[in-house]
Amino acid sequence: MTSYREISLNGLWKNNPALVQLLGLCPLLGVSNSTVNALGLALASAVVLVCSNTAVSLVRGVVNTAVRLPAFVMIIAALTTCIELLMQAFTYELYQILGIFIPLITTNCVILGRADGFAAKHDPARAAYDGLMMGLGFGLVLVLIGAVRELLGTGALLANMHLLFGPIAADWKLTLVQDYRGFLLAILPPGAFIVLGLLIAGKNRIDQIAAERAKAVAPEAPAQSRRVRVTGVIE
Amino acid sequence: MALPRITSPHATGSNRTQQVMLQVLLATVPGILALTWLFGAGTLFNLVWACLCALGFEAALLAARQRPLAFFLKDYSALVTAVLLALALPPYSPWWLTLIACGFAIGFGKQLYGGLGQNPFNPAMVGYVVVLISFPVEMTSWPAPHGVAALDGLKHILGIASLPDGWAQATALDALKVNKSLTIDELHASNAAFGHFGGAGSEAVNLAFLAGGLYLLHKRLITWHAPLGMLAALFVMSLLFWNGSGSDSNGSPLFHLLTGATMLGAFFIVTDPVSGATSNLGRLVFGIGVGVLVYVIRAWGGYPDAVAFAVLLMNLAAPTIDYYTRPRSYGHRKPNSGFKLGE
Repeated sequence: MTSYREISLNGLWKNNPALVQLLGLCPLLGVSNSTVNALGLALASAVVLVCSNTAVSLVRGVVNTAVRLPAFVMIIAALTTCIELLMQAFTYELYQILGIFIPLITTNCVILGRADGFAAKHDPARAAYDGLMMGLGFGLVLVLIGAVRELLGTGALLANMHLLFGPIAADWKLTLVQDYRGFLLAILPPGAFIVLGLLIAGKNRIDQIAAERAKAVAPEAPAQSRRVRVTGVIE
Repeated sequence: MALPRITSPHATGSNRTQQVMLQVLLATVPGILALTWLFGAGTLFNLVWACLCALGFEAALLAARQRPLAFFLKDYSALVTAVLLALALPPYSPWWLTLIACGFAIGFGKQLYGGLGQNPFNPAMVGYVVVLISFPVEMTSWPAPHGVAALDGLKHILGIASLPDGWAQATALDALKVNKSLTIDELHASNAAFGHFGGAGSEAVNLAFLAGGLYLLHKRLITWHAPLGMLAALFVMSLLFWNGSGSDSNGSPLFHLLTGATMLGAFFIVTDPVSGATSNLGRLVFGIGVGVLVYVIRAWGGYPDAVAFAVLLMNLAAPTIDYYTRPRSYGHRKPNSGFKLGE
């Protein structure tokens, strides 16, 4: 049985959906041009992920294996519709800005991947926790890219947060660079690819350094199977 | 006629890349002189600053990649990138614009892919396009010929004092793109951006780059295929779609050949041996593609000039062109290309 510690580690770092599995790139690149857009979509995706993982885990004994994928997609689509209606009711402007990317949560590979890869094999508590951690891991990367692009593109952070948090967030905008000219490339689509690429490179570099340190501390590894796993762990 | 009898080995120099790059730098001299004569010393400031930036970025990234510094800096490829970039940027670009362009050209265009020889895109054009889409105002500020004094220009580049309003004017290609009411003859008569048959100033600059390009051809550092392909395609396209000289005209073939970055692109950018196609036939196809795209974007696209975009798009197509234009090697049949059903 997978431990909770391992689930957290997988979702946030070792098997991060955005940096390692490279799933859900369409919303990741499409709406990360400002912090508020990124945060809005990250929250919506995380909520759908937790709910869908729980629901899939609950019905895992009942659904025939042959029709499991259509069944899972139906569950996810129903939950996405709920989120869409909720956003329409409470954050209408943000709903209009995010546009097609909200219905597209249905086809987000992270969600279907976790439903089939994890939730269908584990109990509801673990499945829900995995959904939370994967949602957090995805959301953190999404918000980070959004913040970097907003900062490079406009010289400010947290603009328009009232779209998500209401009137109290109206003056949250931090203008970090006065009279910034604006670096359009960061806001335009190429900026998303470049920032994501640099983040992945940074994560791989940190892993590399950590591996070198671990090797230096314990040079004598016990003899094990020589088969090397190259595709990562799906747990 | 007596042919010289030379025995092997036929090696001509120790570091061939360095020799080639030096000749390319030499061939840009006519263009540099023409730009400096027409638009003032801004080009020279740009050149020096761009070279410093490019060498700095190259050294820093080589050090970060733990490669030998001296060996790679001495092949002068970073200098060629910097010079081509400086010639393409407007003469009085602010210093930070050149810095950003050089950083993206050397960093993202070249070193991140693994250095010289590994880059799929022309580094100078990557840098140029990044600043073109990020800072449209600065990138379209070309002065009128003989319009800016050297000291004022330097102050403007360094951001100490701005040039007076109206120092920059729309280029001929830009004016032609936004023109709705004037015929070509009226444009030439009334708009200062138009010269005798091309853009004011840019016609002389293009002829100077043509001279430099012919020198490269004479030295056999480039083949005629890519430049001829590009110029011929541009000529044919502008002839086919040349709807007279009314107010809806896209400009005459001569105008397109001698305006904007045509000659710089044809002889110095399209001939890049790394990011272009490999075989002679491939180079011809590559050049034709660039020429067609340049005209398409100039006439119907969103930007007034298009050499950088056209070259980057064709860089993407270069591997496919190479695949379909493999030459037959002696003693073998032509290789089979393309997909076959049933295999």
